Amino acid sequence: MMIAAPDSLRDWQAERSEIAQLPTTAAGERLRARAQRTRRSIIRMIDQAGAGHIGGDLSATDILTSVFFGVMRVDPNEPTAPDRDCFILSKGHCAAALYSTLAAAGYVDERELDTFMAPGSALNGHPSRGKVAGVETSTGPLGHGLPVGVGTAIAAKLTGSDARTYVVTGDGEMQEGSNWEALMSAAQYHLDNLTLIVDRNRLQQGARTEETNGLDPLDTKLASFGWDVREVDGHDFGQLLTALTTPSDRPVAIIANTIKGKGVSFMEDRVEWHHKVPDAEQVRRALAELEPA
Amino acid sequence: MREQTTISDVPPFDEPVFDNRVAFAEELIDIAHRDERIVAVCNDSVGSSNLVKFRAEFPDRVINVGIAEQNMVGVGAGLAARGLIPFVCGASPFLTGRALEQIKADIAYSQHNVILCGMSPGMAYGELGPTHHSVEDLSWLRALPGLDIVVPADAEQTRLAVRQAASHPRPTFIRVGRFKVPDVTHGAAKLVRGRFSTVRDGDDVTVIATGTMVSRALQAADVLAAAGVSVRVLDAAYIAPLDIEAITAAAGATRGIVTAEEASVSGGLGAAVASVVAQLPAPARAPMRILGVNEFAPTGSTAYLLDHFGLNVDGIVTAVKELLTE
Ligand SMILES: Cc1ncc(C[n+]2csc(CCOP(=O)(O)OP(=O)(O)O)c2C)c(N)n1
Repeated sequence: MMIAAPDSLRDWQAERSEIAQLPTTAAGERLRARAQRTRRSIIRMIDQAGAGHIGGDLSATDILTSVFFGVMRVDPNEPTAPDRDCFILSKGHCAAALYSTLAAAGYVDERELDTFMAPGSALNGHPSRGKVAGVETSTGPLGHGLPVGVGTAIAAKLTGSDARTYVVTGDGEMQEGSNWEALMSAAQYHLDNLTLIVDRNRLQQGARTEETNGLDPLDTKLASFGWDVREVDGHDFGQLLTALTTPSDRPVAIIANTIKGKGVSFMEDRVEWHHKVPDAEQVRRALAELEPA
Repeated sequence: MREQTTISDVPPFDEPVFDNRVAFAEELIDIAHRDERIVAVCNDSVGSSNLVKFRAEFPDRVINVGIAEQNMVGVGAGLAARGLIPFVCGASPFLTGRALEQIKADIAYSQHNVILCGMSPGMAYGELGPTHHSVEDLSWLRALPGLDIVVPADAEQTRLAVRQAASHPRPTFIRVGRFKVPDVTHGAAKLVRGRFSTVRDGDDVTVIATGTMVSRALQAADVLAAAGVSVRVLDAAYIAPLDIEAITAAAGATRGIVTAEEASVSGGLGAAVASVVAQLPAPARAPMRILGVNEFAPTGSTAYLLDHFGLNVDGIVTAVKELLTE
């Protein structure tokens, strides 16, 4: 079942081309407002479903917003167009953030978000290719997105396409060996058309990354694997847009320093909000904190 | 407050239910007190593998390798190679799927005495979807010689599985169920290597069930008894080694065999039983029905999905009746 929303589509294209005209700071303001809307939608989805991965959804929201509203060259009307840019959310447990972003971008009907994880819904707890337009590959088991992204980037080279691939991983996810195999392949194949964004919120499921299987110094590790490494504040849209748009002759790795649970004070940087579900009062407080200023 | 991802809708039972994961954790702590060779290895799953208390008591004996299942299983093999008894614990889909080659080469082929503990197997992760379901584990692992596969049906059998694995360590996979299930062994839990146990005798049809489906098979047997059908229920707590004798006896003594598992119909318990039955001399064969999972699940809770695949009392009753009319 494919779902698309012609209504919000026109808005999205208009909004995107407007954002593209703006200087970086003004664009950043627009993206921030957009991201707050997405965060509210995430809270409502998780409340409705009674399940979800709220902390990682909120840490990745600004990244997803920057990619979809700032740089991706795609047409939600033609989600399988041959030269489209490719986006892969490798940390598939943050499906709610992806679905909300896809809805804002016109791939998914906003109303469909209410069916998140409901029986028979296309919006499974982890994104499923073929069920939701804009989902390029099914994810959920960690450490799959980057290898697939290497494949789509090589395919672009082989077919003479200028399509770019963007992959978002968690930082805990970078403990999976498959990522490091893919990092080597990307350098080997000179994939200057591939961007990896690591959502560096420093928490994983059960503890801090550095207390579990430390990744630091992640920047020098990635650089030594042949990548052009850029470290940014993952909640600063100006920095994100600059890192996403500055060209390189190598694969680009953006270490986006983020806060798990970003935007909701009592969830921020707290390990238990990996997949805790807020109660009614917490939902109310979260939505209030996420109101536009 | 909802503490974590709620698997919103677990299958309902009329009887009191017990938590296999609690039984697992308590037993592991108990034997670790008595045997210092016991260690736990996990993949950022201290919480989901129920190792929080174990870690509190034995902080040095939990090796959390992070989100790195291949590494986790390899590390387990190395620990076993030096005489420790590692219980390698992770969500079953990632433990078995991601590290399958490590399980094959480092555990089964190398014969390192590692106890692989597949947590939250079957469709326990409900709406988290097919990537998080572990319905292929039995099929994948059955293909590996030298690896025992144990699927406890209740909390008591889970305890026995842990205890026996620790006292006679050999390459073993234990499937540790996530949602609570009724006591089906009633204080007389039996777990004999390579044997099914008869949890109810009968002579019309045999139901061979494993894990979460054993209690359902017993309920189905009650329903059928009321309709005058006598059902033998075998608890297949050991899938490997397989109880060829019990299968052969069932094929001879009853008019058909139904298998039920929260696992794939391709290569799981049903397929194992069928391969025995098919190789019997013609007069000793019995017709069969294999109940299990036959496609990637749609979105839905565990309870919804079990119903979707007919893994419930109705499904078993229907299958038994079909066999009787053949
Ligand atoms: C292969 C695999 N192993 C384990 C898991 C269970 N799991 C889901 S999310 C998660 C933690 C992820 O941490 P991180 O990548 O840092 O994501 P974030 O903190 O951004 O949510 C784990 C261990 C999984 N989905 N896949």
